[in-house]
Amino acid sequence: MASQLLYAGFSAGLTFLLGASVLGVELRSQGVNTIVAIEGPMIWLWLGVAVVIVFFHQLFRPRIEALRHRTWAGSRFSLPPLLRNHAQRRLIIALVIGALLLFPFLAERSAIDLATLTLIYVMLGLGLNVVVGLAGLLDLGYVGFYAVGAYTYALLNNYFGFSFWEALPLAGAVTALFGYLLGFPVLRLRGDYLAIVTLGFGEIIRILLNNWTELTGGPNGISRIPKPTLFNLEFSRRADEGNIPFHEFFGIPYDPSYKVMYLYILALLLSLATVYVIYRLMRMPIGRAWEALREDDIACRSLGLNPTGIKLSAFTIGASFAGFAGAFFAARQGFISPESFTFIESAIVLAIVVLGGMGSQLGVILAAIAMTLLPEIAREFNEYRMLLFGLIMVMMMVWRPQGLLPLKRPQMELKRG
Amino acid sequence: MAESELLSVRDLSMRFGGLLAVDQVSMEVRLGEVVSLIGPNGAGKTTVFNCISGFYRPTSGEVLFKGRPMQRLPGFKIARAGMVRTFQNVRLFKEMTVIENLLVAQHMQAERSLLKGLLLTKGYRRREQEIMERAAHWLERVGLIDFANREAGNLAYGQQRRLEIARCMVTQPRLLMLDEPAAGLNPNETRDLNRTIVRLKQEEGITVLLIEHDMSLVMDISDRIYVVNQGKPLADGTPDEIRRNPEVIKAYLGEE
Repeated sequence: MASQLLYAGFSAGLTFLLGASVLGVELRSQGVNTIVAIEGPMIWLWLGVAVVIVFFHQLFRPRIEALRHRTWAGSRFSLPPLLRNHAQRRLIIALVIGALLLFPFLAERSAIDLATLTLIYVMLGLGLNVVVGLAGLLDLGYVGFYAVGAYTYALLNNYFGFSFWEALPLAGAVTALFGYLLGFPVLRLRGDYLAIVTLGFGEIIRILLNNWTELTGGPNGISRIPKPTLFNLEFSRRADEGNIPFHEFFGIPYDPSYKVMYLYILALLLSLATVYVIYRLMRMPIGRAWEALREDDIACRSLGLNPTGIKLSAFTIGASFAGFAGAFFAARQGFISPESFTFIESAIVLAIVVLGGMGSQLGVILAAIAMTLLPEIAREFNEYRMLLFGLIMVMMMVWRPQGLLPLKRPQMELKRG
Repeated sequence: MAESELLSVRDLSMRFGGLLAVDQVSMEVRLGEVVSLIGPNGAGKTTVFNCISGFYRPTSGEVLFKGRPMQRLPGFKIARAGMVRTFQNVRLFKEMTVIENLLVAQHMQAERSLLKGLLLTKGYRRREQEIMERAAHWLERVGLIDFANREAGNLAYGQQRRLEIARCMVTQPRLLMLDEPAAGLNPNETRDLNRTIVRLKQEEGITVLLIEHDMSLVMDISDRIYVVNQGKPLADGTPDEIRRNPEVIKAYLGEE
């Protein structure tokens, strides 16, 4: 007990020292001089509270840990049993999709906008999930592929007048090609080395876009990227030559929120397509091979599976989803610049995959929603927002390292009559 | 070269830096035989295996499988040619289920076209059905059918060993290479293994190359035996010949 007391006292003292030096004093400039000013009593009061909390937490730490240990086992939640039945599951999926389709007609414009952004992250998360969660290849430069997709549409439109729908498959194909070209030399590397190379790749793409001013406009980016059309009907007040605006075609008054709704529905359809394609891939030979390779590549080789080819397919397919998401992002924003494709985007998408539970699609979707909604909800905390965000991430990893909803087995079942 | 020769290894050597782990080893495996490779610990048996199966690139020598040179090919291509191996320490996909382990092993037989799989074409579904049935058939053969949907890592050790053999067999190999399959098994399980290998030989016509320390198993099921000691070939012959060979006795028991 005495050593515990000593330890708690030391922790409290350390808290006070650090807290006082960081929060308790302030440097003010008076003319040419800089003086050290002591903060007001409120700061010191909070500091005192913090010191007391740390003291008692350290003092009773063994008991708190024991308590946590006991609650931990019960805190693993899994899917409710009604989702296990096939017919019921179909019904629920249909209801959810229906609700998601109805959502834009009931919600506010800002909420629809936020939902669209969330769906972009859902697509990115699902795509990266193929690479990291299923194939087990740590990719820190995923944003590079996102940028390639966005710039493919922007440049094709800028120079050749491609519409969104013409550019979308090309964006996926070009990004897949980039994934292939990057993957070919580097997939012999393992774990950490691969992570570093992909990190470099993401940065190279961004810096290239920033400096190749003649082609990409450099830091000024590319603006006036047209929004997607609905069978050539535009959602602006006045259409470009040859096209008809949506509201004139249907003879209804112009409302800018149609455009927002249309973008949302488009994002929803793209996300649903992504979910379906990856759902199928996971149950196809290639998906099984990805998982097997993640577990033991030597065993894979001994069974005639070519590890490099399988890794390359995961990398290429994962990249192409980022390409689709990127093209949609460019169309939604109407303006892109290299600033949108910094490392922090890769980190957020990776966090979505890890938080969601590696390899699990539903987990990744939930995590993508949480990761985009949390910063919005926490907006009133201003500059402490990211701090709060970090805290939640740390707690998540301590209490639930396997992610929100870890991948569930079996993927394939042997049914016997 | 005889018609029935499936695998022939000629003057195989493998050098790791200053260590000559395998020195001029030659062996022949004929169709339908069970051939064992024995020797004291550290004799280089597993290194021979790794060279034959393409996990190491031998320093010199030839490996001919069905008359085709194999020694320059990567491991996965050798496996595709019909030579499939197990490992000393079990290497299952532990987080995948038992049946999934067998489905992965049939990757080369499966319909791998992405488009057909995404569209769930009739041909794709038939092929998936076929590999599922073959997997179920082999689970039945090794007595693991009741564990089909369990995670492979949760099986008992002996069951994991059996699953590893089943996983090799679903690839429909010509030559099955087993690296100490009886290691860690109790006498009952070893007897089961003995029966399994004999049945594979009789019913499937499979050829087996075996590394094993359990002498009663080796003497019981082998048609011929090769002995290596310190990387060098020491003797070869039928179990009876090997049992009486003074060189072999010396290597195993030490000099008097």
